[in-house]
Amino acid sequence: MDKRAHTALNPGFTFGLLVLAVAALAFGAVLVGPYPVDSADLVSAANRIISGDTTPLSQAETVLFSIRIPRVATALLVGAALSAAGAVYQGLFRNPLVSPDILGVSTGAGLGAVLGIFLSLPVVAIQGFAFIGGAVTVTLVYLVASAVRNHEPTLVLVLSGVVLGALASACISLLKILADPYDQLPAITFWLLGSLAGIQAGDLAGALPAVIIGLVPLVLLRWRMNLMALGDEEAATLGVDPRRLRLLFVAAATLMTASVVAISGVIGWVGLVMPHIARLVVGPNFHRLLPAAMLMGAGYLLIVDTIARTLAETETPLGVLTAFVGAPVFIWLLATGRRSW
Amino acid sequence: MTTLAARQLGFGYPRQPVGRDVDLEVAPGEVLCLLGPNGSGKTTLFKTLLGLLVRQGGNIVLDGKDIGTLSRTQIARRVAYVPQAHESVFPYTVHDMVLMGRTVHRGLFSSPREHDALRAQQALDQLGIGDLASREFTRISGGQRQLALIARALAQDTPIVVMDEPTASLDFGNQVRVLQQVRKLSEAGLGIVLSTHNPDHALACASRVLVLADGTLQASGSPDTVLTGELLSSVYQVEVRLERLSHGQHVCVPHLDGNTGKRFRPGD
Repeated sequence: MDKRAHTALNPGFTFGLLVLAVAALAFGAVLVGPYPVDSADLVSAANRIISGDTTPLSQAETVLFSIRIPRVATALLVGAALSAAGAVYQGLFRNPLVSPDILGVSTGAGLGAVLGIFLSLPVVAIQGFAFIGGAVTVTLVYLVASAVRNHEPTLVLVLSGVVLGALASACISLLKILADPYDQLPAITFWLLGSLAGIQAGDLAGALPAVIIGLVPLVLLRWRMNLMALGDEEAATLGVDPRRLRLLFVAAATLMTASVVAISGVIGWVGLVMPHIARLVVGPNFHRLLPAAMLMGAGYLLIVDTIARTLAETETPLGVLTAFVGAPVFIWLLATGRRSW
Repeated sequence: MTTLAARQLGFGYPRQPVGRDVDLEVAPGEVLCLLGPNGSGKTTLFKTLLGLLVRQGGNIVLDGKDIGTLSRTQIARRVAYVPQAHESVFPYTVHDMVLMGRTVHRGLFSSPREHDALRAQQALDQLGIGDLASREFTRISGGQRQLALIARALAQDTPIVVMDEPTASLDFGNQVRVLQQVRKLSEAGLGIVLSTHNPDHALACASRVLVLADGTLQASGSPDTVLTGELLSSVYQVEVRLERLSHGQHVCVPHLDGNTGKRFRPGD
């Protein structure tokens, strides 16, 4: 019996196709850019890694190792992490319209980073501030939500997120007014729109472990995530502890979001739109939704970032492009959409 | 032998008591039917019995242990809950929805296996909706959803099942099918607690009836002794008679003439 109502394709085939597509995109993106690199350079670079050759790098290899590959890998990581976090938040809050921004994570991380730029701190400190900003905001949201009892817990959590996010936005605006208009303000503005320009291998190495740590509980408890989407009472009667599970899932998704926002700036829409599309393709079962959303998010952000760095002489901010692509797609989804998600 | 019993139970919300002094017990093979008008506290009582709400007094004993000492998993291995049919936000397949009932038989980090999938399909077949397995839960009728939620409770394989108005949104045929299932399950040794708005359902399948009004028990005992025209008339504030059919079954007949729009007072 066919138990898959969402796709005529075999799930194995769907995932095979997705993995191949992302790999092909990554290969293509590495070759695209202002400095011409062809596949022969890629082969020689690969040979160098395999054989451990330490002769001086050619110019093409330098471009590959220190610019292109870190940037492509970062785009994949950021897209996958934001999309996974979005899928988690949408399931937890039983609302297909929420995203990592909803708990104030992104804005809180943004405030942290802006404060770092304002204080003219080094890049590493700015990333640390961004991470702390995101984590502190979510903790505050959780504390406020726990203090307000006798209401639908999900609603209180989302509303606290919106309120504290707005507060963080106000603080960002204040810092922008106080910032040096020639040096700091452009940096702040650019960072708030999101960008992977200037990403180095070190940035990637800093974010990757945090993303993996956040991913572990999501993968291990992926079946139980489905129960959370039924609401607390039903989840409880089916044998899970919804309070504890929600705390764990929120912490994991927040860790993933904050750690990538710390290196990429605030990139909206990915965490909202990609889990949606993934759900249309593979259905809502978190078992398949999580990997599908991560692959699609990775591929999508890679495409957008490649366009951002090749479209014009100066880089187009990522947040601008994801909004230009995301908003129409989302409206189309709403209009053609199903009665439910 | 797993039993669920409550003594002098007080239930409700903090600073907002709903009911008190409820005594009940359900043992294997029994069907305990809870009757009561809208707002009498049936759902709140069930949520308290399931440990979802903190009890406001008295005690609840499940399988010989105080329910407060049991974990969610321990409770869910003994009692399954069938909520009133509801919409789901995401389009899970009916099969996935039923499969969620198997969670309690899997370890913390594991997902349902092949035999869990078979058990889920078996539960669907048992309720006569096996062909809905691959449909989306969001796109089937309210009655089919209710049957699927009952199938989920069966797949949970618990000795006790609590059903909150399982016949409420069903058409006549499906109501009868659910009652047949309730009887079959109790014959198979399950203890069942269910609430209903239809006294005939209690007469048809209950081994014991509780009548709840304004948060307190008005009567409890076997359906034939408890469900009298006088009691139903006073609890529901309408005139009701009980008639005995030729083969012995009792049915409830409301009196539709007179008293319309007026509250019925016993003794009028």
